[in-house]
Amino acid sequence: MADIDYLLKKQSFIELDARQRAKSLLDATSQKELLDPFARVMSPWLIKQNIVPQADDGVVVIKGTLEGRPAVVISIEGVFQGGSLGEVGGAKIAGALELAVEDNRNHIPTVAILLLETGGVRLQEANLGLAAIAEIQAAIVALRQYQPVIGVVAGSVGCFGGMSIAAGLCSYLIMTQEGRLGLNGPQVIEQEAGLQEYNAKDRPFIWSICGGEQRFKTGLIDAYIDDNREQIKAQIIEFIQQGSPQRPRCMQAEHYLEKLQHLDTTQQISPAEVQALYQGEKA
Amino acid sequence: MNMDVNAIKQATRGKVWFDRLTQNFERIESGIESLQIAEGKINNQIVRVFCITADTQNRFPRARNGEVGLLEGWGLAHAVNQMIEQDQDASKKRGILCLVDVPSQAYGRREESLGIHQALAAAVDSYARARLAGHAVVSLLVGKSMSGAFLAHGYQANRILALKDSGVMVHAMGKESAARVTLRTVEELEHLAQRIPPMAYDIESYASLGLLSGLIEVESAEDPTQHDLESVTQSIAGAFEDIQQQGRCDLSHRLQAQNRQASLRVRELMKAQWS
Repeated sequence: MADIDYLLKKQSFIELDARQRAKSLLDATSQKELLDPFARVMSPWLIKQNIVPQADDGVVVIKGTLEGRPAVVISIEGVFQGGSLGEVGGAKIAGALELAVEDNRNHIPTVAILLLETGGVRLQEANLGLAAIAEIQAAIVALRQYQPVIGVVAGSVGCFGGMSIAAGLCSYLIMTQEGRLGLNGPQVIEQEAGLQEYNAKDRPFIWSICGGEQRFKTGLIDAYIDDNREQIKAQIIEFIQQGSPQRPRCMQAEHYLEKLQHLDTTQQISPAEVQALYQGEKA
Repeated sequence: MNMDVNAIKQATRGKVWFDRLTQNFERIESGIESLQIAEGKINNQIVRVFCITADTQNRFPRARNGEVGLLEGWGLAHAVNQMIEQDQDASKKRGILCLVDVPSQAYGRREESLGIHQALAAAVDSYARARLAGHAVVSLLVGKSMSGAFLAHGYQANRILALKDSGVMVHAMGKESAARVTLRTVEELEHLAQRIPPMAYDIESYASLGLLSGLIEVESAEDPTQHDLESVTQSIAGAFEDIQQQGRCDLSHRLQAQNRQASLRVRELMKAQWS
């Protein structure tokens, strides 16, 4: 199992920061960061709360080409404020996606790749974060009319809150073992529903529910891959080449309703049972 | 332990407003108890009204107070998608009215295990595609309009209207949880909210962010009078007309407020650097 040579040679994706991750995907000579840190467009709200802002507000947008094709990579920095989205970071993402839509209307086939490392709304900018996420979602749906939108949840911050809904709008989702994808963060569920319902400190339990492997085995994502730069890039390219799926997951309401309407909900449902329920024949 | 904003209390306003506003409408069976749908006319516009209401018997125990859960998310998506398909070739498409009184998304283990994020994404997707397909979508906030629940039901509308009432609140998270996540006390949080408009829970602070198309004065948000119903209906009709006149199906009109300048500035700067 342990291929020492492979492990020594492989280049981790997760170890990269948001900017390096974005750069690792695009063709080297094509890259241009938009609203980079030197533009100094920072959160106007954090300073008012004595919180140190960051010059890129934790969101990196790099435009370029991917194997010669126009692309924009949007990468959230999980290390800054938990990857949370405030007004500026949220507007950077929504704005980039809206421009990608405009490109497509003008027959430039720009694709968008979202590197999601986020707890969702930045609570210090609450309603402006929420508004921005609604606009990000609107733009993903609009862009999907033209191009597949690809989401990657690689690192340990995971993808939660309103941005997990945004992830659910993507044409394709890629995760690693480290990544988590879920609507409500573990702490919040524990706070709202109690320890019995959800123990935020029980890491194996949390990953068994929303970790990359489980999400893949339940068919809620499209690819589960190793933390490896080359493989992640290759998978993204493969999905772009496949084009938009016939029926993205978010358009499969009948399928999921049918499964849920026959489910016994009196007891908690185990991860293995979710796999069997959603994947049936495949599990 | 709960503050008013996330007190365990059933959402009831949505049902009251739904019943009163759709008195003469045709009921449409959604197959889900907590998802109420009706269709009728508001002025000259045929409108289908969607509302999530509390169902104490909901098979998902964490979704019994009017929360948007798995069934509600997928159910909304199914119902809205159906409407898009039915109107695909119609010259004039039916309007959509989202009545919003959602205390939160459902917080539970069953929900996370079964992928509630995907259910809510399906609802967002259907509303957004309806808007893009030319259905005029209007939301009316009559109660709590919280977080993921509001994203799934209401936030994709062309126009958002709200009752001017202290029970109408928009926020990303209940106060207790928001305090825990930001390592603050509830008192600190409330104090900050007084001078940071996006952090506040009240609808007037929210209105200052430029996201609303109208705040409607009512005599009673809990038990609307005939006069309330008339003025609300008039505002809804006005919003539908406005959408038609403007003929745009995007959300760019939300970017005009003083308290939201950075959102517009970021887009302008980014556009200048784009090509």
